[in-house]
Amino acid sequence: MNYFVDTKGYYGNYGGSFIPEMLYANIQELQDNYLQILESESFQKQYRELLTEYVGRPSPLYFAKRLSEKYNTNIYLKREDLNHTGAHKINNCVGQVLVAQHLNKKKIIAETGAGQHGVATATVCALMGLECIVFMGEVDVERQQPNVKRMEMLGAQVIPVKSGSKTLKDATNEAFRFWINNPDSFYIIGSVVGAHPYPDMVARLQSIISEEITWQLAEKIGRNYPDYIIACIGGGSNAIGAYYHFLNDTRVKLISVEAAGKGIDSGKSAATSILGSPGILHASKTLLMQTKDGQVTEPYSISAGLDYPGIGPVHAHLFETGRAIAQNATDDEALQAGFLLTRLEGIIPAIESAHALAALEKNTFKKDDIVVVNLSGRGDKDMGTYLKYKDVYLK
Amino acid sequence: MNRINQLFEKKQQNILSIYITAGFPNIDDTATIISEIEKSGADMIEIGIPFSDPLADGKTIQDSSSQALQNGMSISILFEQLETIRKTVSIPLILMGYINPIYQYGFEAFCEKCNAIGIDGLIIPDLPVWEYTEHYKELFEKNNLHNIFLVSPQTSSSRIKEIDSISNGFIYIVSSAATTGKTSDISEEQISYFSSIQNMKLSTPQLIGFGISDNKSYTTACKYCHGVIIGSAFIKALQTSQTSIEKIIHTFIQGIREQKK
Ligand SMILES: Cc1ncc(COP(=O)(O)O)c(C=O)c1O
Repeated sequence: MNYFVDTKGYYGNYGGSFIPEMLYANIQELQDNYLQILESESFQKQYRELLTEYVGRPSPLYFAKRLSEKYNTNIYLKREDLNHTGAHKINNCVGQVLVAQHLNKKKIIAETGAGQHGVATATVCALMGLECIVFMGEVDVERQQPNVKRMEMLGAQVIPVKSGSKTLKDATNEAFRFWINNPDSFYIIGSVVGAHPYPDMVARLQSIISEEITWQLAEKIGRNYPDYIIACIGGGSNAIGAYYHFLNDTRVKLISVEAAGKGIDSGKSAATSILGSPGILHASKTLLMQTKDGQVTEPYSISAGLDYPGIGPVHAHLFETGRAIAQNATDDEALQAGFLLTRLEGIIPAIESAHALAALEKNTFKKDDIVVVNLSGRGDKDMGTYLKYKDVYLK
Repeated sequence: MNRINQLFEKKQQNILSIYITAGFPNIDDTATIISEIEKSGADMIEIGIPFSDPLADGKTIQDSSSQALQNGMSISILFEQLETIRKTVSIPLILMGYINPIYQYGFEAFCEKCNAIGIDGLIIPDLPVWEYTEHYKELFEKNNLHNIFLVSPQTSSSRIKEIDSISNGFIYIVSSAATTGKTSDISEEQISYFSSIQNMKLSTPQLIGFGISDNKSYTTACKYCHGVIIGSAFIKALQTSQTSIEKIIHTFIQGIREQKK
């Protein structure tokens, strides 16, 4: 089975590049150049150097002793929360901004949900002296205020999006529309979604996570693979980054955790693999939450970064082939897991990442299993939400 | 012969095609609006199938689409409304819609139904050329449907020639790098883009759309191709509710065709 993108931009039945003609030249330029750029010596040198010196990689693979005791297994946290700007998103942004420079682009645009991708994009733009415009749903602007302020301080222009559900999907629509109107700009997409080659490009740029897990585990336990990798998926970039080097190693079980919101059947959920069906949104064929008439439905999750009605095409393929297992966590379960990690390990996770942690509760691991949880981000941006629920969960 | 080909055979200039959003302003307006557009002297109609996430559209069509969806419009309802349209309307009819609702309806069933009703062509902005030729061409041709391709200022001349070679009916020239509904006077830059396409002497007729909104832009654009497509400006006109829909449509199309005194 092939888990990587084919020459037409597909992962099995999913992917492609369903773009209007107005974006054809831009997408073609990327398709023609991205591999050559990513594999070039000069790119690799700049990218690796920035990851080390600027982002602070490698991120630790931390053995969570007290959490491991609680679940009677061996849990390692891949600490993407310790990256500069507080999440895995910066790995991708550092890479894409270099691609933009190789293609001589001066104006950068991005969409953002939780604001983590927006902050990471604004950060690399400040670093490179590039103009930066970030589209963010009005609902998310409200619930992720600290990140809005950070983006503005970094010099980005944040444009609140008022259409549709006013969340990540709509921010993405607006970024695409802006790109159509400003074809000289470079669109840094924040997850493994969008037209080919974005899903593959973003996956490659995030694959530094699994590359590090490989040698870090070898150093720590003398074995270069875990039994399980658990990650949350919004679009799926932190998950594919953590899986990448293990995709063909079926000894490693992959658990992808979606946001169930208030419950799968509550009508307020973002669990795409259960509630979705094949469809086309944001230029790729994937699993999509939609009505029987093909109108995209509005997802819900307490976590802005998982509040998206689709998943990256690679994840649709991983689920369909059985390579990854889809699980989900409700708002409640995620909050519970977030507070638990805080009190057991002194780490406040992003609410997105807390969804991955919630899966620990739902699976039984053997005593000697090695379980890696990808801790995609830190919880600073979510303090408002955590504090609101503090009295419920910290008794 | 397909009605689009018939139209371009008898008329090579000043063709006016009007875009409407099906189910807007009210769900049952579609058939009436189509009839009135024909009576007012337009040459062709594009019936937009509303979608929740219209990537290539500006605010006017986004809003008309969400209004239509709120009104309950769907492909099935649209087909019911169009069932007997060919008893009264004889100008070419094109359905325009994003790919996902069509994909959910089922491409084959969709094309067969279009053929049965008497639809002449389809515009699916997010169905790229490669996907079309690889997966859908045969199905379209079997059902006597022309796939109308878009070209934009971003499209290279070699690609325009390639698109010309697989086109039938007409080519949709997007007037500028923009989503729908941007209105400003036609610029020098646009004129040189239009003339460069005109000088390519393509075998497929061309219509210019996006941002054509009044007699002035209509007249200018018509100098460089076979005619124009008007969408957002027409949708906006429908929102002025002082008079009857018949009157609005008649006045709008008269206004486009005739130089204001
Ligand atoms: C900390 C964190 N984790 C996860 C996600 C979800 O994105 P993805 O599924 O692409 O990793 C986000 C998105 O904003 C995020 O900020």
